[in-house]
Amino acid sequence: MAAPAKGTSRTAQNDVASIKKKGPGALATAYLVIYNVVMTAGWLVIAVGLVRAYLSKGSYHGLYYSIERPLKFFQTGALLEILHCAVGIVPSSVVLTGFQVMSRVFLTWAVTHSVREVQNEDSVLLFVVAWTVTEIIRYSFYTFSLLNHLPYLIKWARYTLFIVLYPMGVTGELLTIYAALPYVQKTGLYSVTLPNKYNFSFDYYTFLILVMVSYIPLFPQLYFHMMRQRKKVLASGEEHKKSN
Amino acid sequence: MKHYEVEILCAKTKDKLCFLDKVDPNSTIGEIKAMFHKSHPQWYPARQSIRLDAKGKSLKDEDILQNLPVGTTATLYFRDLGAQISWVTVFLTEYGGPLLLYLMFYFRVPFIYNTKYDFTTSKHWVVHLACMCHSFHYVKRLLETLFVHRFSHGTMPLRNIFKNCTYYWGFSAWMAYYINHPLYTPPAYGEQQVQLALIIFLFCQIGNFSIHIALRNLRPPGSKARKIPYPTKNPFTWLFLLVSCPNYTYEVGSWVGFTLMTQCLPVAFFTLVGFIQMMIWAKGKHRSYLKEFRDYPRLRSPILPFML
Repeated sequence: MAAPAKGTSRTAQNDVASIKKKGPGALATAYLVIYNVVMTAGWLVIAVGLVRAYLSKGSYHGLYYSIERPLKFFQTGALLEILHCAVGIVPSSVVLTGFQVMSRVFLTWAVTHSVREVQNEDSVLLFVVAWTVTEIIRYSFYTFSLLNHLPYLIKWARYTLFIVLYPMGVTGELLTIYAALPYVQKTGLYSVTLPNKYNFSFDYYTFLILVMVSYIPLFPQLYFHMMRQRKKVLASGEEHKKSN
Repeated sequence: MKHYEVEILCAKTKDKLCFLDKVDPNSTIGEIKAMFHKSHPQWYPARQSIRLDAKGKSLKDEDILQNLPVGTTATLYFRDLGAQISWVTVFLTEYGGPLLLYLMFYFRVPFIYNTKYDFTTSKHWVVHLACMCHSFHYVKRLLETLFVHRFSHGTMPLRNIFKNCTYYWGFSAWMAYYINHPLYTPPAYGEQQVQLALIIFLFCQIGNFSIHIALRNLRPPGSKARKIPYPTKNPFTWLFLLVSCPNYTYEVGSWVGFTLMTQCLPVAFFTLVGFIQMMIWAKGKHRSYLKEFRDYPRLRSPILPFML
């Protein structure tokens, strides 16, 4: 019955049931529990920060500044999850986890942090809220799974709320990138032009547009994968433990 | 002589797909594939994977029925490998693209650079040299595909051609764009840098070709025999003393030369990515040599002497 430790990453495709891996040892499990508890706490801090700022300001505009630091800290901390996969204490794919974490880190640092003018946009609140709710549920899901005591409510929440949170987050992200475009073009942020001695050029503005376009094939795939996972996991009840 | 009966089931669904009776015990899997193809014409032999076990390894075409651990009524499992394409076709397409694309940038065909540069040529002679080297490299590859290489497998999955062509065509267009750009900056150390780079490039091209010839000579025509490669009289093959896959070593060397020649960051990226891929292949090949041959020389590393 022993279930291997669940992945601490929201990977779209599964890498479970690897015959060679026996799952993490006791030390690794203890570490992962601590990691997931800390992350759950971190995102709760962000959630509380948002609520408190909203109550004191009386409006939902410009709440980014109240949670900027913990958001950067905990979202960047998720890079450790790539390491967890690489080392093997988590059975998910390094590439997939890397891709997902890097896309979050990209939005946090290379868009929201770098283009000051978008920090006031409501779209930022949209994805921050989506991320916050998602991560609180996801990290508590992993914590409970590692301790072999997963309340059905958490499992349900993880595999149901994404139906709304995923599109919400994607909308917030896309609108934020879109809002950043004119400033990037005007200032030539992160761009390199010819001539130069390494014969290289990079147009960050075009790059951002390509990133936006990439959502078109990627988002439906990830979304429908989660849908399929939902059917499998919730249909067979508590006995079925498929890591994601 | 007792005839065998062979039933072929689908590996996934376990459905009975085909029943062959009066099968000669000396039949090979290849012949059975041909028979299966008759009843299911959409599954030509190259896309059939026949196994003893639904989740097991594919049997080889050369395997003989009566030598397999089966009774006189053999149950075999079939998996569809998907549409297949010949290796030769893939190689010709994936190498032909870079050859032509690079030339389009070199001749500054319209719609790439500013209209005022259409059909002009670069004033830097290193740009002409680079075009000659790049073109030579891919012509060499095309000719080797047609006349030198002996392929173990006839085909690969169709989706590989899209993946491979994207890689080769994409990278060569990216590199060619900068090298042939009107605002291209020639190497910082001028003539000396380009000359050194050219020597490295040519040395490694000859080296790579020598290895290809040596590997070809290991295997008589039509054979799929596997032997340990050894150095020959050609000094370029002496690298076999230190490395399992000197063809990859020389290939990386060629691109290092080309990077130095053009002093172009995209070329450096291409070299790096190619090196990583070839290192993975070399490690795999090295491991399978070690597994297959007891007396495999211990001094050899996969791709870089003493290092990797």
